[in-house]
Amino acid sequence: MVTSLKGFEEVSLATMWNLPKGLNFQSFISAFDKLKGNFLNSLYLTIPATVISALLGSWNGYILSKWKFRGSDIIFTLILFGMFIPYQSILIPLVLVLRSIGLYSSIPGLIVTHIIYGIPIVTLIFRNYYAGIHDEIVEASKIDGSNIFGTYFHIMLRIALPAFVVAIVWQFTSIWNEYLFAYVLTHNPRVQPVTVALANLAGSEYVEWNVQMAGALIITIPPLLVYIFLGRYFIRGLLAGSVKG
Amino acid sequence: MLEGKDKYIKMKQPRKERTIVILTIIPSIIAVGVFVYGFIAWSIRVALSDWIGIKPDYTFAGLKNFISLFKSGRFLIDIYNNIFFTILFLAICVGGGLLLAILLDQFIKGEGIFRTVYLFPLAISPVVTAVVWKWIFSPKVGVNVLLTNLLSKIGIERTIEFGWYTSPASWGPFNIALIPIIIAASWWFVGYVMAMYLAALRGIPAELREAARVDGASEFKIYMKIILPLLKPITLSALIILGHISLKMFDLVYVMTGRGTGFVTDFPSIFMYETTFAANKFSQGAAISLVMLAMVAVVIIPYLTISLRKET
Repeated sequence: MVTSLKGFEEVSLATMWNLPKGLNFQSFISAFDKLKGNFLNSLYLTIPATVISALLGSWNGYILSKWKFRGSDIIFTLILFGMFIPYQSILIPLVLVLRSIGLYSSIPGLIVTHIIYGIPIVTLIFRNYYAGIHDEIVEASKIDGSNIFGTYFHIMLRIALPAFVVAIVWQFTSIWNEYLFAYVLTHNPRVQPVTVALANLAGSEYVEWNVQMAGALIITIPPLLVYIFLGRYFIRGLLAGSVKG
Repeated sequence: MLEGKDKYIKMKQPRKERTIVILTIIPSIIAVGVFVYGFIAWSIRVALSDWIGIKPDYTFAGLKNFISLFKSGRFLIDIYNNIFFTILFLAICVGGGLLLAILLDQFIKGEGIFRTVYLFPLAISPVVTAVVWKWIFSPKVGVNVLLTNLLSKIGIERTIEFGWYTSPASWGPFNIALIPIIIAASWWFVGYVMAMYLAALRGIPAELREAARVDGASEFKIYMKIILPLLKPITLSALIILGHISLKMFDLVYVMTGRGTGFVTDFPSIFMYETTFAANKFSQGAAISLVMLAMVAVVIIPYLTISLRKET
């Protein structure tokens, strides 16, 4: 079972582990000390952005799959385009707007940014999921006298758990790992997310390799935990979507 | 039977509810409309201006910024770098992913644990990927140590301290220094492509292969004539997803190597960032970002149009 990927992983893991072990855990303590504040920033940023994003997606997806109106497919496609654009092409106006409303270089500013640019992907996830659910369920609920909100809260939300898992894993890992927005939209080290702090650490000539590696490992822990706990459902959902797409 | 247009009739909704439906989704539509389409229009306006310095200046300057861009040596290097990077990255991910998927499909029956392991890199930040691979390819550790040890095992005592990603060497317009970045990026995504292929392979009915075997086809022929054609849609999806990621790649390269001496590892995204936010040449930066958008759009718009047509 020697595959190229395994090989790569062994190289990185083996060499990654060698150094810190040889030099005891000092490097981890030192790295954690340097990244602690930014680590918390990332949590304050990622958790609300992920939750709001998933809720928004569950509603949009429900409307765009079960309450289609004239032009809804075109609107959906236009929304979808937003997830493919290079964010450089909206970066200058984004900085100007965040500055003018006082959200530049703040965690709320990043949260708003991630929620808005997350709309396409979460809408896609939920729309694809709901599309696989029979319309009869919605019909039945309507006959029972539920209105659009009733159907959503009593039926769609309950059966949408797998879609929520996919949306949460996806949004959590991508917001936590994101760099471009984090780097451009924050200049104050006190509000910078942990990816920016690690990149700064790696760019510094004075920080030893082992501390950098320890830092890299530390910031990988949260997305890895999310992934280990929810990963199985996530992969199923992700592959279902991509194979279909 | 109730497919396509009939759906609308079947789902006929009371007028009041329809209004509510449209109202509730309007905030999202406006947000995307303003923050995606509005901002792109705004960027176009900036690119057509003469804005240099902190203060916005929308004096109309025509296509000046685009013309100077295509005359600049740095931008042409960037485009070359990005294209070479994209071709090799796609080839490794799709070729490697397919090969791994076929091997796994042949030799491993269960998949749970492997799938999780192969998709792990996706949960890792590009910044982390960059930091770790930078270290692996740095002159005095990682790969070079491995090579030195390997050489000494076969009796050659030579210390290798090759500067992989700082090397100014090139084959034609292809910069050698891109290789470590291509490897890092491929490591990051090959597992994802493999998982896509594997899921598709497992979805091919066994009877199909059996029938071919009964007809006397060799394993190789079964793959060439039956399996690979069935995998075409996956290949297309993979090429489009990875292609657009590769064309806008920023974080991994920026943190791993930056633009490099003589721009050996420079990308349009890095040029855009430095022009805009370090040199304050906003109009020029906007022009770069729009060229990037155009490159991505060439890949994405046909894809979206086709999938829209398929739905309606």
